[in-house]
Amino acid sequence: MNTVTPFIRAMNAIIWKDLAAEWRSREMVSAMLVFALLDIFIFNFALELNPQVRASLTSGILWVTLAFAGTLGLNRSMAVEKDRGCLDGLLLAPVDRTAIYFGKTIGNLVFMLLVAAIIVPIYSVLYNVNLFNLGLIAIIILGAWGYVSVGTLLASMTVQARTRDVLLPVLLFPVAIPLLVAAVKASGGFLDGSAISDIAPWLNILVVYDVVFTAVAFMVFDYVVEE
Amino acid sequence: MLGWASKTDPTQQNITLMIEVNHLVKRFGPKTVLKNLDFQAQQGEFVALLGPNGAGKTTFLRILSSLSRQTLGEVIIAGYSLPHQAAAVRRQLGVVSHLPLLYGDLTAEENLQFYGRMYGVKGLEQRIGAVLELVGLAPRRRDLVRTFSRGMQQRLAIGRAIIHDPEVLLLDEPHTGLDQDACEMLDNVLRQVAARQRTVVMTSHDLVRVADLASRFDVLSRGAIRASTPRLGLPQDGLLAFYREALNTATIAPGGAP
Repeated sequence: MNTVTPFIRAMNAIIWKDLAAEWRSREMVSAMLVFALLDIFIFNFALELNPQVRASLTSGILWVTLAFAGTLGLNRSMAVEKDRGCLDGLLLAPVDRTAIYFGKTIGNLVFMLLVAAIIVPIYSVLYNVNLFNLGLIAIIILGAWGYVSVGTLLASMTVQARTRDVLLPVLLFPVAIPLLVAAVKASGGFLDGSAISDIAPWLNILVVYDVVFTAVAFMVFDYVVEE
Repeated sequence: MLGWASKTDPTQQNITLMIEVNHLVKRFGPKTVLKNLDFQAQQGEFVALLGPNGAGKTTFLRILSSLSRQTLGEVIIAGYSLPHQAAAVRRQLGVVSHLPLLYGDLTAEENLQFYGRMYGVKGLEQRIGAVLELVGLAPRRRDLVRTFSRGMQQRLAIGRAIIHDPEVLLLDEPHTGLDQDACEMLDNVLRQVAARQRTVVMTSHDLVRVADLASRFDVLSRGAIRASTPRLGLPQDGLLAFYREALNTATIAPGGAP
């Protein structure tokens, strides 16, 4: 109990700090949102297909948009810590360093889900597809958690590098491929109205990916940020 | 009144060794930056760590602050050893570096609230008020840090470093980039911190400025402490001569390259 309390307190402090700073600047969410909206507008005009084909592409377009917008947010989230030396400020605190990781990850998840909450209704209108599906929402949450859990870990590594803006996508996309494939397939399954038995394998991959990468990050974050 | 933990009269208390460093070695690949460095600081001492660029001062402070791990050697701070008891050491430390370690999109008060929560400071609101008074930023407590001048940010950085009332304060060239007025305000804050019997280790290139602040001067050159003298034993205007002599000794150390 005595060790959990400082952990939760530090994690909450980091989440509060990230949300408060973003509320003031709106830099990260604005950048993510502009990118995401441009993305779905371009796809909308580029893919002048019949409604059935467009509907079948929905999950792919949605996850490409979320993944690229999420990468922008992940880069920015760690760059803010590095630019004014704040990462050292966090590392100097007498708390379990995994509390820093989970604080940053939950903050990044909130921003990614916020962007998803804005683009999904716009996408529904533009593509004339009903995306208000509980299964799809669950997949977005599972997929976003997997993406930010591995992304926050990699961003903490690449933030030390001069070429961090390029390095993060180069490292993140190959690692995130199983997650994105599973998310696209599971989302498509829910939108097509497929049987849950058809979706279950992709759902399992998503859950296993989330558990494995959260556990890996929990174990290695301390070493990743060590100088 | 300021919400600081009370300290006993220094003349009546036992002098405690707050920092003890033995045979410290730090290597970055093939390059050895710190070579068998020994260092000690008693409770209440204000040590100015002088030395040329590239001497290893920042590396030494990063090891003391647990941000970097030593290759070899023993580092004990307030009775806790690094790196094994790093969390306990961090609780005793306040660190001020070249960068302010502050969030520009938070106010002065919010920055201190955040760091206070990270350190689990009790009575945080009262403590924040006391610290802002001490660093002279109480009237600007609700202003965003990105609107502050460099001097104000550096004073708030000291406030951040002492929010948890640490026993040891480590400062890495805190006067860098400050104008004369800002330097004097910063010095006043440091004097008040030192007067509360905290141990301070500060690196600097500015001999004139540290001459009045520190109680001891150590010269770090080529990875080791080359000379050390208390301020009391130093003649007026003797710091520059002491510093030059220490550097010359380092350059022509017996037994080959220093």
